[in-house]
Amino acid sequence: MIVNSDKQTGSKSTSMHSYLAPRVQEIQPSGIRKFFDLVSSSKDIITLGVGEPDFVTPWHVRESCVYSLERGFTRYTSNSGTPELREAIAQYLHDSFQVTYEPKDEILVTVGGSEAIDLALRALIAPGDEILIPEPCYISYSPITKIGGGVPVGIETFAEDDFKLKAEHLKAKLTPNSKVLVLNYPSNPTGGIMTYEDWVPIAKVVEEHDLIVISDEIYAELTYSGKHVSFASLPGMKDRTILVSGFSKAFAMTGWRMGYACGHPDLISAMLKIHQYTVMCAPAMGQVAALEALTNGMEEKDRMVDSYNQRRRLIVQGLRDIGLACHEPHGAFYAFPSITSTGLSSDEFAQRLLVEAKVAAVPGNVFGLGGDGFLRCSYATSVAQLNEALHRIGQFVYKLGR
Amino acid sequence: MKEISKLKQNLLELLREDARYTPELLSTMLGVTADEVKSAIAELEEDHIIVKYATVINSKKLDDEKVTALIEVQITPERDRGFDAISERIYLFPQVKSVYLMSGAYDLLVEVEGRNLKEVANFVSEKLSTLEKVLSTKTHFILKKYKQDGVIFEDHEEDHRLMISP
Repeated sequence: MIVNSDKQTGSKSTSMHSYLAPRVQEIQPSGIRKFFDLVSSSKDIITLGVGEPDFVTPWHVRESCVYSLERGFTRYTSNSGTPELREAIAQYLHDSFQVTYEPKDEILVTVGGSEAIDLALRALIAPGDEILIPEPCYISYSPITKIGGGVPVGIETFAEDDFKLKAEHLKAKLTPNSKVLVLNYPSNPTGGIMTYEDWVPIAKVVEEHDLIVISDEIYAELTYSGKHVSFASLPGMKDRTILVSGFSKAFAMTGWRMGYACGHPDLISAMLKIHQYTVMCAPAMGQVAALEALTNGMEEKDRMVDSYNQRRRLIVQGLRDIGLACHEPHGAFYAFPSITSTGLSSDEFAQRLLVEAKVAAVPGNVFGLGGDGFLRCSYATSVAQLNEALHRIGQFVYKLGR
Repeated sequence: MKEISKLKQNLLELLREDARYTPELLSTMLGVTADEVKSAIAELEEDHIIVKYATVINSKKLDDEKVTALIEVQITPERDRGFDAISERIYLFPQVKSVYLMSGAYDLLVEVEGRNLKEVANFVSEKLSTLEKVLSTKTHFILKKYKQDGVIFEDHEEDHRLMISP
């Protein structure tokens, strides 16, 4: 509704764009959004496009929140999160990933991992700073960078490297303005992971070129071969790294918006400053639930991870049987097959797959450099649905005649 | 009782979820060969760990919905044979769906199914309570089944996820 008699007569056709800040105007709506609209208007679709667990938050977690509401736990918490939750996060990170943070001033509880990423970038970016982002990657790093006045610099990663970041590719993009490296392993959308050996040369470059790292490890628990290696656990990297994670993926808590950032007190206190002026604190009831998840939710989490792994094997095998090249995704819950053998672009493939085969999956090009020619298929859906989707994709590809 | 392998544990979990999963599907999901799956399942069947592949039915959806009662039974145990002999005399009736030996205030919990209330009542008064070793019975009729064998019948937790999300 437009009610502003001073400036304009408020008719529907009036464009308000001229009022917008140029840096916001310049940001394109995400390609996922466009595809979302297309999918929403279709019927009888099986969707492999969902970036969240198919599990509902375990009942004990939900129940703990309900109980806390009954007890009237409805007020602001400390800006950085309840001390109990920060303690639990510190313990969890120490036990699971061998990184040690002081709950008092090195941990900040945020509104999802997303807020933590936003805070970290805003705290670090000065106008003109270059932010290095391995791609294909999660869609928000680059827009947030631009809003902050930074310059996103994509680093292409490749299927033949299992979408790992290679030191030589990172080096090739360095300039005197390079400041921050944003990492997201296990990776959405590729499912790529980084082992300790993979990290060592990256850490060396980070050290030599005095970079700061924002490591988005939201999918850490969803690692299916070996154990997740946090970038912050590498020698000398803790002070240079802002570790971002959250409860959404591992504990099936996407809608709760519970995340956290850990790092050097100087960095965390700068982020806290923005956080306290913008959101005050993460939701109190979400914090109760998150504490319950960390305290009593590990068994349930392991069960969910096992289940993703079973479905991961199923979809990878299924896609390969269809004849689509699919690198082994060792993390997250996405398969990222190549569809170049069909001669179609990602956009064409995804749109025709939707219309002709009634399967929704996200075209790889929305994830940036190196994403075209691929399709993101989330396997966080039931075995029956996966089988049906694979059947439909198979028929569709067969029809294309390759 | 013996410890069973991780593969067998995984198989049991998956088959409990859906007994119709094929060996080929199971082998893909568990990252082993179909032959390994087949022989593990054969062993589980041989050892009577897998006893039967059954179907869970929501009988409420049927016109001829059956009546089920849970009956607390107190019995006199027999010398040498304890509760086993009398339990057998009870569970051999086809109307009896399950029999459990219980700790606490009574001895056996007997699940009885019939076409209607009268049929179950007759069974209790004519067959069950007349058994020599049965001291007393207490019949509880089931009004509604919310969840059975881990399956929630009217699941309210539908998939509310957006069709596409980042």
